[in-house]
Amino acid sequence: MSDPVAGPHIRPPLSLPALMGQVVLATAPATLFSVWLYGWPAFNLLLITLATALAAEALCLRASGRSVRTNLGDGSAFVAGWILAMSLPPWAPWWIGVTGGLLAVIVGKGIFGGTGQNLFNPAMVARVGLLIAFPVEMTRWVEPAPLGSSEAPGFLEGLRVTFTGAADWDAISSATTLDATRAATQEGEPVMSGLPGDYEPIAALLGFTPGSLAEGSALLLALGGLYLIVRRVIPWEIPLVLLGTLALLSSIGHLLNPERYTDASVHLLSGSSLLAAFFIATDPTTSPATRAGRAVFAAGCAAVIWVVRTYGGYPEATAFAVLLMNAATPLIDHWIRPRVYGRTRRGLALPTEQEPR
Amino acid sequence: MAADSEPVAGTSPTGPLDGHAPDADPRTFQPSVWGRIARDGLWENNVVFAQLLALCPLLAVTTTATNGLGLGIATLFVMVAAAFLVSSLRGLITDPVRIPVFILLIATLVTLVDLVMEAYLNPLYQALGLFIPLIVTNCAILGRAEVFASRRPVGEAVFDGLMMGFGFTAVLVALGAVRELLGAGTLFDQASLLLGDAFATLEITVWEAHPGFLLMTLPPGGFIALGFLMAGKRMLDRRRAATASRSP
Repeated sequence: MSDPVAGPHIRPPLSLPALMGQVVLATAPATLFSVWLYGWPAFNLLLITLATALAAEALCLRASGRSVRTNLGDGSAFVAGWILAMSLPPWAPWWIGVTGGLLAVIVGKGIFGGTGQNLFNPAMVARVGLLIAFPVEMTRWVEPAPLGSSEAPGFLEGLRVTFTGAADWDAISSATTLDATRAATQEGEPVMSGLPGDYEPIAALLGFTPGSLAEGSALLLALGGLYLIVRRVIPWEIPLVLLGTLALLSSIGHLLNPERYTDASVHLLSGSSLLAAFFIATDPTTSPATRAGRAVFAAGCAAVIWVVRTYGGYPEATAFAVLLMNAATPLIDHWIRPRVYGRTRRGLALPTEQEPR
Repeated sequence: MAADSEPVAGTSPTGPLDGHAPDADPRTFQPSVWGRIARDGLWENNVVFAQLLALCPLLAVTTTATNGLGLGIATLFVMVAAAFLVSSLRGLITDPVRIPVFILLIATLVTLVDLVMEAYLNPLYQALGLFIPLIVTNCAILGRAEVFASRRPVGEAVFDGLMMGFGFTAVLVALGAVRELLGAGTLFDQASLLLGDAFATLEITVWEAHPGFLLMTLPPGGFIALGFLMAGKRMLDRRRAATASRSP
């Protein structure tokens, strides 16, 4: 391929592998922190999910007749597996990771034609597929037990948890903040009283609350997200509008009726709001092409998240929200179009100076 | 179902076999017609894989191979009988009223099947529920009546109904088997309800401690499995075409 020489063809600053590398780099702190927090089972799950995603990608590339050697390294399958692992319950058994990796890469991406062709975020396709297929395993959260502490399982015990599911679930399982608010709502109690006794925004900020593998640490996720925005890997509109809309909706609800609606800090810091806002909804393939379109997309995600968390049947909804808005993306792109180069927004040729008025 | 209800002419890669085919010269066409009908119905112009008809009952009932087989046999019977009636009456039915008459004939047959199944195969009847009466609106049956049975002699029409019905049943059973195997780890669960106790040996538990992959039993799993089966059929076709072109 020759380099284009004329004006509008500006070279992107980064290649696909480099972009994917930036995403992994930005999510690495939160992920490593969570691996430390949840111990060896989480580490095993991360490895299994990544290995399955890469193997599935190799299979898809082979089936579609493309070179495995040149395309496997583009990092897209690696990132899909990585984000998926971040959103799984930390002590999930090995077959959750394997099924999830296959669902993400084959059903979420491969059958649409591979990298850049998929309609839906691959990691979220797998997340939702797993949640629907294995409701018990996918909602079994554990108390954080950092590596090195007395409650943390050793390496061999970690293998046993991953491969045989042998753990004393009654002793270690725990409800997430969103589970607790959901239960309180269903019993008609004030939601804020339903929160676990030790719910503190500080703990949620740092990540010491039960939840998916790497959705916990709000601080590290936000830092990683800001890094990506600064490096212009992700557009700033999506996280800003998504989190802003979510905060706005929850604040309005909380002001009107604090008994029924949780406040903005619960919505922003619990569950996978930040993970979705910075790393999932910003997937360039499945989000709209224009700035205004992306704002609509992000606001829609936030609205769905808030409505399902508050009124719906599931305590957490970021995956559903992202998938629904992915489905709406072609429609958004139809109505809000980018300006064609050399033309006005209405599609007319730009007036030139030489033209007589 | 709205888009489904319009009869779609068969489009077979080996050329149309629908009534007024321009090249339907009886002298060259006749010898292979039975083979062509069989090939079309079972594979080339399969109701599901090629015509993409009857997807609604297909996706709804194929949670197990047994359910698929049950609906397949019921549909097969209606298809053959409808082809016989439509073809026999094709000289009497005028064009403007043909669709209502076809539907009336099919509905009569479905009512028969419905009552017989309720009486003798009650557990299966309960499992299939609404989808037995809904065979009336199965667009594949109306489609074959419109494009084939109303234009061909009785023998060919009945044979076409039989082959199309077999093709449909095969897809129902295959899709049901895939979804049952992945979703619950069994094959032909409760087959004795349909075929009698002698067939209890068909019921296989492939994977004893299957965790239950609920996704495959739910409608999305039906769509995903159907997509993969169709992709597999196209892959086979393409391979066969490639081998055929290499050795002329």
